[in-house]
Amino acid sequence: MRPEWNDFVGGKWENEVNVRDFIQRNYAPYDGDESFLADATQNTKDLWAQVLDLQKKEREAGGVLDMDTKVISTITSHGPGYLDKSKETIVGFQTDKPFKRSLQPYGGIRMAEKACSDNGYEVDPEISEFFSTHRKTHNAGCFDAYNQEMRACRSSHIITGLPDAYGRGRIIGDYRRVALYGIDRLIEDKQAQKDSTGRVMTDDIIRLREEISEQIVALKLMKEMAASYGCDISRPAKNVQEAIQAVYFGYLCAVKEQNGAAMSLGRTSTFLDCYAQRDLKAGVFTEEQIQEFVDHFIMKLRCIKFARTPEYNQIFAGDPVWVTESLGGVGVDGRPMVTKMSFRYLHTLTNLGPSPEPNLTVLWSTRLPENWKKYCAKMSIQTSSIQYENDDLMRITHGDDYGIACCVSSMVIGKEMQFFGARANVAKCLLYALNGGVDEVTKKQVGPKYRPVTGDVLDYDDVMSKFIDMLEWQADVYVNTLNIIHYMHDKYCYERAEMALHDRDVKRYFATGVAGLSIVADSLSAIKYAKVEVVRDEDGIIVDFKTTGEFPKYGNDDDRVDSIAQEVVHKFMTAIRRHHTYRNGVPTTSILTITSNVTYGKATGNTPDGRKKGQPFAPGANPMHGRDTHGAVASLSSVSKLPFNDAQDGISNTFTIIPGALGKEDQVFSGDIEVDLNK
Amino acid sequence: MKGRIHSLESFGTVDGPGVRFVVFVQGCPMRCAYCHNPDTWSMTGGTMMEPAEIIEQYERNKGFYKDGGITVTGGEPLMQVDFLIDLFSLAKKDNIHTCIDSSGIAFNRNNTEFMKKMDTLMTLTDLVMLDIKHIDEEKHKELTEQSNVNILDFCKYLNEKNVDMWIRHVVVPGITDDETYLEQLGYFIGQFHNLKALDVLPYHTMGEKKYESLGIPYKLHGVPAMDKNKVVEKKAVILEGVKKRRAEMS
Repeated sequence: MRPEWNDFVGGKWENEVNVRDFIQRNYAPYDGDESFLADATQNTKDLWAQVLDLQKKEREAGGVLDMDTKVISTITSHGPGYLDKSKETIVGFQTDKPFKRSLQPYGGIRMAEKACSDNGYEVDPEISEFFSTHRKTHNAGCFDAYNQEMRACRSSHIITGLPDAYGRGRIIGDYRRVALYGIDRLIEDKQAQKDSTGRVMTDDIIRLREEISEQIVALKLMKEMAASYGCDISRPAKNVQEAIQAVYFGYLCAVKEQNGAAMSLGRTSTFLDCYAQRDLKAGVFTEEQIQEFVDHFIMKLRCIKFARTPEYNQIFAGDPVWVTESLGGVGVDGRPMVTKMSFRYLHTLTNLGPSPEPNLTVLWSTRLPENWKKYCAKMSIQTSSIQYENDDLMRITHGDDYGIACCVSSMVIGKEMQFFGARANVAKCLLYALNGGVDEVTKKQVGPKYRPVTGDVLDYDDVMSKFIDMLEWQADVYVNTLNIIHYMHDKYCYERAEMALHDRDVKRYFATGVAGLSIVADSLSAIKYAKVEVVRDEDGIIVDFKTTGEFPKYGNDDDRVDSIAQEVVHKFMTAIRRHHTYRNGVPTTSILTITSNVTYGKATGNTPDGRKKGQPFAPGANPMHGRDTHGAVASLSSVSKLPFNDAQDGISNTFTIIPGALGKEDQVFSGDIEVDLNK
Repeated sequence: MKGRIHSLESFGTVDGPGVRFVVFVQGCPMRCAYCHNPDTWSMTGGTMMEPAEIIEQYERNKGFYKDGGITVTGGEPLMQVDFLIDLFSLAKKDNIHTCIDSSGIAFNRNNTEFMKKMDTLMTLTDLVMLDIKHIDEEKHKELTEQSNVNILDFCKYLNEKNVDMWIRHVVVPGITDDETYLEQLGYFIGQFHNLKALDVLPYHTMGEKKYESLGIPYKLHGVPAMDKNKVVEKKAVILEGVKKRRAEMS
């Protein structure tokens, strides 16, 4: 056994790249409470004060403090950057100083230029010239291949948020591999992978060989970048500090080269706890030191920044990086995967204060230890900074070493990846079905000239059959647009750093998405159970509706309408599945417009459910605002009926509740009055 | 027997222990000045529902209620005792924790037919939350247009039947916050061994909007919401009364 691995339980992981096997053999489940946690050190407080000061300056400067306009960001493009070298236990920034945003033109030069100019900077003209004349970008590739119909769908927003001008993101490298194996071993492994490809040079094999070569280059650069900070990651990490540092360096390489729509971290805490346990036992570090490493690590993750345009920030409601880290969950052997490190990660919310990034995501199971559940609840109440996902649901398909990319996309770390697919606006599709493919806002013929609805009162069977036809068309143009996008992204903006930390043969999810589900469900319910009359404009286009009578609304645990929502999801997914997908990606769909529901609403006309033109959609799979009148459980129940099998990329429900509605305050309520009296 | 139902709430967290399925019945004889559900007053209206329909809705999401149960509130649940017996009989078949949130106004020992039904209902009921509006009879009449004699008798009855009881009391500035009465209230409820909890609620003004939309004059217009911190003090006063009584009894 390698000396760095002393005292670890050996196994398959020694002879093959297999982080899960290492974790399963070495982690120690923790069912105690949070009393062991250590406070922030003085160094942590000083560093964090520096970050807060930079944040303040950044806000005062209008949202961006500094941008690189000359140096194209690569793994090694920038020298080391520090807050205060003498105090940092975990180091590394995207550029040579904190809060300086890097220049990443491979996704699209115009987007990079605009991100700069909107913030008062200008990209070096030589770089603009180079990427317009000599080196094609992902964005240019997409537009070279798009057909007229795709362009029309794009500009009318029936398909929307497409990652054709920016990095697609949603790929999680197995950054733990850097710590466990060291770069040299990973390069050896990649070399062997390259030697193992087929000998007949088909397109697929050629591409694979070229990609593995790119990955090997990325691994070599990682080593070089780490060396510039005085760290040697060619060999395995020797202790928990080195392990955290190595994981972070792996991640840092990814964000130096990719400005992706979500750049998530994976599932690192329980892995790192194996090192922490070993060091604590051997007296290498104290709990306080280990918490300091974690605090500094999380602090670095909070400083990840990208150059983006105001339009981008509008789609995503802010400037999110989606550094999602998945915590907890239960192993397939039934042992909870909560460790002390899971607590330490959440404890950063106390030591550094609440923050949306990194997106700490608890993989929730009914079988999690009670103390952990209580701690999560307590931290949620104090900080509102924790996301929860259903581990019991996802473990079935993904096992116990998956992570969440972005907000809900699950993938097995290092073995699966996703082609991010934005979403199809199904509410608009319903309106296209009524108008025979004519856009209700622009009045242009965007969809196919199917027969529009005739007559003044909508008939459910007629509308449903027209809607399904239009949905088939929408799925067709949508999947084919995505095929182009991912082909071009692989070609011009390949994620070599992240893919270097994957197996050779990865499972690729071909993600699609749906926006406007609750609007469609309620609209179809109105047509079925109430009376919906259409209002046509002077061109004969249906632009409004008069609905009389009551109809069941999605969000009230009422099967009459919930079944319509289920059917729409199933029909949509069936239509998606029918198509060829790039690199044989496994099609999935998501219902999760958490942030872009407002912009989608703006682009969509009046709908039969009574929603007015321009009004926001409900986020994700949420019922429309104010229509769920039977309380939270009924509302959640409607959402939970949506078939996960048809929406494996995730179903989100945004739930806000005032604390008082969650139960009594101890102050005004004396339970168990006997106890109280004996005080 | 069908019940006259105002509405159903699938996520009740303040109406008994745990997360609860809450049934609001339609109809109440009280006219409490600060009632925040005046839309449940009328003895007509609402929706007629079978107990089985309600239990079916509960069962669909019973995972949420495993530490909770079902609570019937209103309106005044005891105006529909037959319905409650049917509903709770079904609930008890499924081992559901049952709770009634009542003002006690319908209680009347002189009505033998009613009492027979109550005796049955109490065998099916795990908890009664009783809202005592005022301990003084005259003040009670001013506040609710009804006497409190039967209500206080209901406490005794619950104690006899050994049904767990929570007492709730809403503190309204200048109306129900007099400490003499609060201590009296504590002294009164202190005698009952079935008293399990005391829930002191600060008066809030959120109900006023409902009155406006229903076109009912709001008697407490202009009365400010109760300061939460003061409520903690008021609760202590009631508990003093409870302690005093218990000390005398032991």
